[in-house]
Amino acid sequence: MALLYLAIVIWLLPLFAFVVQIFFGNRLPRKGDWLVVGAMFIDLILALIIFANILIQYDPGYRVTLHFDWIVLGTQNFPLGFALDNVTAVMLVVVTAVSALVFLYSIGYMKGDPRYSRYFAYLSFFAFSMLGLILFDNLLGIYMCWELVGLSSYLLIGFWFEKDSASNAGKKAFITNRVGDFGMFVGMLIVFYVTGTFSLDGIEASVVSGNFSGSILTAAGILLFVGAVGKSAQFPLHVWLPDAMEGPTPVSALIHAATMVVAGVYLVVRIFFMLTPDSMLVIAYIGGFTALFAATIALVQNDIKRVLAYSTISQIGYMILALGTGAYAAGLFHLMTHAFFKALLFLGSGSVIHAVEHAFRSGKIDADPQDMNNMGGLRRKMPVTFWTFIIATVAISGVPFTSGFLSKDAILAGTLSFAGTHPQHFLLPFFGFLAAGLTAFYMFRLVFKTFFGEFSISKAWGYVHESALTMTIPLVVLSILCFFVFYSYSPVSPDEGWFYHLIEKPEQAAVANAGSAMLTTGGEEGEHDSSHSYALIMSLIIAFTGIIISYKTYYSGKISAVEWGNMYPRLYRCMFNKWYVDEFYSATIIRFTLGWSAFCGWFDDNIIDRVVNRTARVTVVISWFNGKFDNIIVDGLVNGIANTTQLLGWFTRQVQTGKIQQYLVGLLIALVLIIILRTM
Amino acid sequence: MITLEVFLTIGALLFVFGILAVVTKRNAIGVLMGVELILNAANVNFIAFSFFTDTGIDGIMIALFIFVIAVAEAAVALAIVLNIFRNMQTINVDEIDSLKK
Amino acid sequence: MIGKDIIFIIFAVITVGSAALVVFSKKIIYAAFSLMLSLFGVAALFVFLNADFLAAVQVIVYVGGILVLILFGVLLTVKISSDNVISHLSQRIWGSIAAVGMFVLIFIAITRTNWTILDKSEDVVYYPQSEAIGIQLLTNYILPFEVASILLLAALIGAMFLVRPENK
Repeated sequence: MALLYLAIVIWLLPLFAFVVQIFFGNRLPRKGDWLVVGAMFIDLILALIIFANILIQYDPGYRVTLHFDWIVLGTQNFPLGFALDNVTAVMLVVVTAVSALVFLYSIGYMKGDPRYSRYFAYLSFFAFSMLGLILFDNLLGIYMCWELVGLSSYLLIGFWFEKDSASNAGKKAFITNRVGDFGMFVGMLIVFYVTGTFSLDGIEASVVSGNFSGSILTAAGILLFVGAVGKSAQFPLHVWLPDAMEGPTPVSALIHAATMVVAGVYLVVRIFFMLTPDSMLVIAYIGGFTALFAATIALVQNDIKRVLAYSTISQIGYMILALGTGAYAAGLFHLMTHAFFKALLFLGSGSVIHAVEHAFRSGKIDADPQDMNNMGGLRRKMPVTFWTFIIATVAISGVPFTSGFLSKDAILAGTLSFAGTHPQHFLLPFFGFLAAGLTAFYMFRLVFKTFFGEFSISKAWGYVHESALTMTIPLVVLSILCFFVFYSYSPVSPDEGWFYHLIEKPEQAAVANAGSAMLTTGGEEGEHDSSHSYALIMSLIIAFTGIIISYKTYYSGKISAVEWGNMYPRLYRCMFNKWYVDEFYSATIIRFTLGWSAFCGWFDDNIIDRVVNRTARVTVVISWFNGKFDNIIVDGLVNGIANTTQLLGWFTRQVQTGKIQQYLVGLLIALVLIIILRTM
Repeated sequence: MITLEVFLTIGALLFVFGILAVVTKRNAIGVLMGVELILNAANVNFIAFSFFTDTGIDGIMIALFIFVIAVAEAAVALAIVLNIFRNMQTINVDEIDSLKK
Repeated sequence: MIGKDIIFIIFAVITVGSAALVVFSKKIIYAAFSLMLSLFGVAALFVFLNADFLAAVQVIVYVGGILVLILFGVLLTVKISSDNVISHLSQRIWGSIAAVGMFVLIFIAITRTNWTILDKSEDVVYYPQSEAIGIQLLTNYILPFEVASILLLAALIGAMFLVRPENK
């Protein structure tokens, strides 16, 4: 229990830093970066304490929860709750570690930015949201934090909002995520409608009891997964992530590579117990297709960050594929290893961009500092960046002795054994292996183009230099985490490690109820049989094939990339233009939306306005009548009363002539009349 | 012939003519004459009742006091009329309407 | 008794007719003299009622005093020849209505009343009233007598005060 309270402290510490920073950031010494970075490092230490406790307990079933009533509406209670289990603890470490290193890196990278303190406030806010997303064991709480990370992502993508492309990218990310979040929200409503609760425990109970089953459970699972598709940039909602690279590079590393985008994977992990075989299949195909699809685009991109962005999409597709095929631990494992090496890749690219940009600025050269064609030979000037980058590239390519090899191999083995039991789904391992080869190819292409050869613009060469210490230290730390020893004793199998021991695949009641006849998810069991060996050998072959082709093409020049491109011009153009997905969206959804908006505008102008104007005119006429009524009848009544009073006054005034004789006459006549009346 | 009713009728006529004088004369002194007529009408009635009834000398005594009052009234009224004339240059009653204001 | 009745009628007509002349005469001076005649007639009527002292007082006080006073007032205030003392027509009409109504009421009252209960049993015999009046004034009517003297004094002073010269 104490650990859970510690986790809540971890959660709230960045919030505190954010509040202080957003209000007083500019007045603090050094604009408050020490506060945010310090809070994050304290978080990291606390997370490590929790993690150490978890390791000491070494209990796969470890789980503590804390529930409290949040809103009570009549008889309907909306409780919130936190849970701490092994997955949460691992995620806490991953998020705090990457965050802490990226925060530290940002100090150097963002130096001199006019909104320096605000940048750190946003970062802290993001950390708060992300940690909350991890800790809540309630769909409602997860959803709230889900939107909060979306908000902080939006703020940070558009951080340099003076650039049109940055603010547009922010909007694009936000709107695309809306589509996914809408699906997630509908899924949540279905869940709530059926089970009456948002609590994961409560949902699990009703799934286990069989009250929540069948096609509605499938629908709920897929709809929740749609949220994950949006947030994790899976096909077809992946379009926002490459554009999100307009944000500062540390942000790309932290949010759009290591942590936030894997929130979708985390969500699938959290709702894993309620997935049915059908929804699993949907998830697997989307993940597998995305992995291959994004990899093909990454092959031909020239922008260093865009290559990494498509690589991220592809790698997340791997994780989704793993979860969809039932390789639960493998997917989560890849999440963790990928977080480290992808963060390293981004930070390395940031270091490169930082240096090249500086060189171009100093050399007064107007060129794109993110275009790999403008780079080359940087290994001689930036050794730390180069070597750490090489380690990360090796890891992501799946070379043995790296963390990436362990996790990717586990995923491929999982898909292979899944295809072994279900041969009709042979495409899934095919996607996986092909994407693995492509990954190795385009990552080494990136390395060769950036760090080898000659610098394209020799005039600026002299200005290139290694980045500052605050930027290189995180690179070194992250590169160390790319080695296998931290995850498993064996360099070829993760089974030996603590991770596979602690992370246990949850019971899938729906799958069990559906019976093994339909689908049994191979996943973990398969890793013990022969498919694991096949996968290992095949992935090694494929990875080295990719690397060698890349070497021959971009280093020794034996194969000409241009010739390849000319050989298949259509394919090349398609890949270069990202399969025209953006164009497709522009032509269909956006065009339809604009058309519909135009129609609505026309409707508003011509119908609504006309009705409004008519109404106004009728109102004017009625008002005219009202005015007349007021002037003539009401005022007439009032004036009439006044005039009558005046008239009566005039009459009575005639009596008072001031003449005694007339008074006397009146008096006498009255006397006569009185006497007559009294005596008669 | 000489009966109470005849005297009372004469008194009534004097009274009515007195009232007419008071009401119709424009001149303040004419009004004053009307008042004298009214007082005389009263005197006629008092003395007639004193003569025709068994009331002794009381009617005559009251008539005597009426004389006194009439004299005093005439003196004061004439003084007022003179004063009005001096202030307003007229004694026409229908022009004296400062009571209206 | 015929002669006495005739004389009575003559005096009654003089009295009432002079009173009418007071009302209808257009010049104030005619009215004044008509009034004198009317008051004189009243004095004669008093004689018919055995009020000899009062008839004398009437002639002395009214004809000799009040009327002279009125004539002085007339002479002091108005140009006698020119002024029309009759008021406006409407005032005359309304006044006549009031007066006629008044007379009709009084006349009805006079004729409807049964005066016989007030009649004296024995015939009235003449006797001089001066002594009785004097006794009454200093016995039963001593208080009104003194009040009347104060009233006269007040009227005297008031009249003098009213007509005093403007400057001091």
